[in-house]
Amino acid sequence: MATAPVLETSSPPVAEPPAGPPKKGILSHWRLYAAISPFYLLFLAFGLIPVGFSLYLSFHRWDGLGSMEFAGLSQYRYLISDTQFWNSIGNTLVIWALATIPMIFLAMVTAVMLNSAVRFKNVYRFAFFLPNVTSIVAVAIIFGSVFSTNFGLMNALLQAVGLDQVAWLNTPWGIKVAIATLMTWQWTGYNAIIFLAGLQTIPGELYEAARMDGAGPVQTFFRITLPLMRPVLLFVLVISTVTGLQTFSEPQVLLQTTDNNSSFAGGPGHSGQTMVLYFFQQTFDNNDFGYGAAVAWGIFLVVIIFSIINWRLVQRRGED
Amino acid sequence: MASIKFGTRSGTSGTRSGRGIKGDQRRGVALHLSLIIGLLLSVFPFYWAVIMSTHSSTEIFSYPPKLLPGSHFLENVRSLLDNIDFFGSMFNSLLVATSVTFLVLFFDSLAAFVFAKFQFPGRRGLFALMMAIFMVPAQLQAIPQFVIMANLGWIGSMTSLIVPAAANAFGIFWMRQYMKSAIHDELMDASRLDGAGFMRQYWHVALPVVRPGLAFLGIFTFMGQWNDYAWPLIALTNPDNVTLQVALSQLNGVHGTTDYGMVMTGAVLALIPLLIVFAIGAKQIIADLGKGAIR
Repeated sequence: MATAPVLETSSPPVAEPPAGPPKKGILSHWRLYAAISPFYLLFLAFGLIPVGFSLYLSFHRWDGLGSMEFAGLSQYRYLISDTQFWNSIGNTLVIWALATIPMIFLAMVTAVMLNSAVRFKNVYRFAFFLPNVTSIVAVAIIFGSVFSTNFGLMNALLQAVGLDQVAWLNTPWGIKVAIATLMTWQWTGYNAIIFLAGLQTIPGELYEAARMDGAGPVQTFFRITLPLMRPVLLFVLVISTVTGLQTFSEPQVLLQTTDNNSSFAGGPGHSGQTMVLYFFQQTFDNNDFGYGAAVAWGIFLVVIIFSIINWRLVQRRGED
Repeated sequence: MASIKFGTRSGTSGTRSGRGIKGDQRRGVALHLSLIIGLLLSVFPFYWAVIMSTHSSTEIFSYPPKLLPGSHFLENVRSLLDNIDFFGSMFNSLLVATSVTFLVLFFDSLAAFVFAKFQFPGRRGLFALMMAIFMVPAQLQAIPQFVIMANLGWIGSMTSLIVPAAANAFGIFWMRQYMKSAIHDELMDASRLDGAGFMRQYWHVALPVVRPGLAFLGIFTFMGQWNDYAWPLIALTNPDNVTLQVALSQLNGVHGTTDYGMVMTGAVLALIPLLIVFAIGAKQIIADLGKGAIR
């Protein structure tokens, strides 16, 4: 760091150990504890207590106002047989796959191209990153118009090439494709920047050596680039899984007007309702705080299961 | 795609013999063409939103779609201002994002300084606990948080957004990593010999050195808060006193099917402050994001 302040006494390490604070009791460190306390106090008030309370709540029936009524395991039993919850799990996974697979592929291609382009690299990176910093609400409004049945750009394109129009936001697959397209658009550049940083750590000599040995570009990519990129690839996969399983804002803004009773319904037939949307619907539209808490724990379980799958994938690949 | 890469890579590394310059040029053109297509795909939705914000809804509903600016922008702005308290909610967003950013910068860097440079009983345990907290999904906290806020009387006010966000695990972790390498131990020892106390060390030794790290965290926090949607949607129960994102969503929900020009105008205007912040900090953000991921 060039801007480091110069202290006159920045002497070379002295032989005699620096007069660090002698080991005293915990109390002598009170300044340090005070300095880290804000985070832990906030966590206690808005993190730990809430999590404990939501566990307690999931065993009770409560509308948020009246008195709580003990319900035992009945809400969890209902959750297991709740077809709408299972439907929301399926929706979440389909949307996640539709968004993540093309996104990772496109991001990798973009990163590889950016890694070799010399000129305008900063312009490209700026433009590719732009979708990610814009608010999901604005983006969802814009994509709502792109996929609108009546005047949307997609249908105009289809019409221009002589194909039938699609009621994107009215059909189960149309809804999922629209949400996934939005997510792909918003996250490809972000992940490309991360991949690019990974690519830049691969020493150029490796490529030179591979070419000397007569390896073609495709072979080089699969034998050198991809294996060395595995940690970064897995980082991106893990992050996209955790965030993708908690998708909320995109379908909420896109589909909030499709149901008169709930802005969290997720479109006709709930076909765009993700797990978190279902949680919001149960909790804040139906005022079923107890069941909402059970749904939240169900979501947590799904996220954990997929995190473990991710982790196992990392482990197995690592042993090869 | 890989072929494009390796073709030009060798051309730029300076170790190239004269062979195949024409092929390299052709590949370079193909490369830039693909990148430009990607660039257009990234930017086009913004362009389309700006174009729609200048048209009346009758124009928007007609075929073929409008791709050039119209003349109804001011009209759209007027009906936007009639329908939502645009500047009031923008003020709320600025208030929340700015307060949270400064609180986060102070609390996170202070805690990070402690974790990076000091030894004390319970240090590892407390740090591990913090990283575990990182993993708890927000939904588990949403209901009780709502109940707690309601009991504190914060529901409906910006306090309910600012206070819980005032310190976070990500920022502490990020700043700790940064401080570990950026603040040299000799510097710490020297300042201690000079008799500097803890706060003086934090303020005069640590902070000046980690300014770039603070810049990243600050911009990142500001943008995250500006764009936050799910929690404000729940916590801000008074529809007349909301943040910009919630106001936009109301606009889309209530008027979306009828007056798209106005809704688009709102979406476009709401992007401007964010784009300014991003334009200022883009280089830092893009560089640090990559560094953070491959660390």
